[in-house]
Amino acid sequence: MTTKTRLASIAALTTVGALSFTACGGNTVTTPATSAANSGSAAAGSLACPSGKLVGGGSTAQQLAMQNLTTDYKNACGGKATIEYSGTGSGAGIKDFYNGQIDWAGSDSALSNVAKDGVVETDKAKAQCGSDAWNLPAVVGPIAFAYNVKGVDKLVLTPKVIGAIFFGKITTWNDPQIAALNSGVTLPSEKINVFFRSDDSGTSDNVSKYLKAASGGSWAPEHSKSWKGTAGEGKKGSQGVADGVKNTEGGFGYMEWKFAKDSQLGVADIDNGAGAVALSTDSASKGIADATVTGTGNDLKLSMKYTGTSAGAYPAVLVTYEIVCSKGKDAAKTALLKDFLTYMVSSDTQAGLADQGYAPLPAELQTKVAAAVKALQ
Amino acid sequence: MSASSEPAPPTAAVETKNHRVQDRIFAGLAAGTGWLIVALIALIAVFLVSQAAPALSKNSVNFITSTTWSVTDSHLAFGIAGLLWTTALSSVVAMLLAVPIAIGVALLITHYTPRKVGGVVGFLVDLLAAVPSVVYGLWGAIVLAPALQPVARFLQNNIGWFPLFGPGLASTGTVFVASIVLAIMILPIITAITRDVFAQTPRDNIEAAWALGATKWEMIRMAVLPHGRSGLIAAAMLGLGRALGETIAVMLILSTTNSTAINWSLFAGGETFASKIANNAAEFDSPTKTGAYIAAGLVLFIVTFVVNAIARVVAERGKAK
Repeated sequence: MTTKTRLASIAALTTVGALSFTACGGNTVTTPATSAANSGSAAAGSLACPSGKLVGGGSTAQQLAMQNLTTDYKNACGGKATIEYSGTGSGAGIKDFYNGQIDWAGSDSALSNVAKDGVVETDKAKAQCGSDAWNLPAVVGPIAFAYNVKGVDKLVLTPKVIGAIFFGKITTWNDPQIAALNSGVTLPSEKINVFFRSDDSGTSDNVSKYLKAASGGSWAPEHSKSWKGTAGEGKKGSQGVADGVKNTEGGFGYMEWKFAKDSQLGVADIDNGAGAVALSTDSASKGIADATVTGTGNDLKLSMKYTGTSAGAYPAVLVTYEIVCSKGKDAAKTALLKDFLTYMVSSDTQAGLADQGYAPLPAELQTKVAAAVKALQ
Repeated sequence: MSASSEPAPPTAAVETKNHRVQDRIFAGLAAGTGWLIVALIALIAVFLVSQAAPALSKNSVNFITSTTWSVTDSHLAFGIAGLLWTTALSSVVAMLLAVPIAIGVALLITHYTPRKVGGVVGFLVDLLAAVPSVVYGLWGAIVLAPALQPVARFLQNNIGWFPLFGPGLASTGTVFVASIVLAIMILPIITAITRDVFAQTPRDNIEAAWALGATKWEMIRMAVLPHGRSGLIAAAMLGLGRALGETIAVMLILSTTNSTAINWSLFAGGETFASKIANNAAEFDSPTKTGAYIAAGLVLFIVTFVVNAIARVVAERGKAK
């Protein structure tokens, strides 16, 4: 399964590479519709394509996007520059960044300005950069609440019910609280078998952030990277959770959207107060559009809006930030990073991310991020 | 000898001198490697203790008896009771499953088959040790676990009143499956040692048993098993030590649980010391949090150390007899 997907993405990449090449060569070959992946060719015209080498690392949530983007960028620029990204985990990425081991970090939470174990991340980063470090939201990853219930194709849940399920307060699929949300759907009386992440993850962190804010008390603990729900069993990685749900009748769990898609699991619609919203690239983008920028100037740190979301906005969304120095120490590297980020946040590239289970940045935020990238020195 | 062409007396003197120097160098090297190992173990112990101490001093619950595991920067509450139970249960069950099979295979190789056939069987068992643990883990999680599900269900439905066979997980990531995979993994170690011990049974003892008119089974009971007992126990302990520390295979198979009550059932999930550490190693982002995991590692280190020490003592006692 995984191998197949990987093969498919490699195939897709190869196609993209070939396309970009032809575009640079000036040939007017009509692009076949089969290439769904983001075509770098459109953006290639506006790229400066400096040469050099960049090393980044951090969040695994955006790792797949990065694998494709770095390759696409390289191909779009005719292989002049090398950009590497390793998924070491957000915490490790930030640490490596402020210790000067990598050129930029990817993280699913912005640099923290409160002391943690005697370390203030923003100060550390500032000291390393010699200038302010900026958090630039770049990859949007919706989180799916996936289920495996025979005969149920559409399921609506509220954050309150989800919280209750994760704490074992609701244990069967035909519980009155679930039935009330799903009139017209025949729910079986079978047990809800919950699966969660056994390893610490940003996905768990974001889900608990959302539930803490929106569940009306059915999820009580503070958000954290380690899962605090008491029901069910933990599996390693989003793939493990997806496999658990898929192989267990009555299974239920949270995971990055891509994994639910790949495992062909049912994804619950979320009713956050303004009606049921199905998870789609549009609804996820809208969820991000609801967020407010709390950073100053070009630091685009976001504060997610979890309650009172606008109609049609999917609330459980994760954003990974690219954390960069606002004034780079090494001019050549800065030029390359700037060029790569320009490519990464361009609307064409963002639109292409949808095929890998991500959602594009909403237009307004995308403009802001693009402007911030332009302001990098 | 190379020195035959030279005058005899000086050469002899030089040679003895050379020998003495060589001797000294060799003795020094041997002692050095010995001390190197001791130093390594000591350094590991020092590392574990020094890293674990700060976290342990901030721990708000009892480290040994608590089952909670909550390690954030502001609040440290971690105990190893659950880990200890899962680690001990899976390893002991694995040993109980593996030892009888290992004895059977060792006896087959040493006393029931011609040397050639025994060699082939022995080689095959040794091959089990060559399979990487990650492969065992994947095989256990993907192939063995679903195949064992009917057995697990049958046991739960029929003798579920016994706590060890009580109701457990919805999925297949149980201690039961982990134990069976561990049993297969430690089988080659136990077999290899017992085979050697059984093969060394003194010919006299065997002949004496034959002379008394013993059947083959009686001969094995009277001569082979008593002679091999201490070796067998030592082998089982070594296998146990291996099972206690096995990481990746267990991690791939076991489902974890967040409930703070220990489920005594074989069909429950859980985490062993090693799988817990490996599972969370990617997010060691603060020294105190890391320290909590290292404290768990320290317990595993001590447990394995004790088990291996017992194996040593038993083996030594057997030799003295």
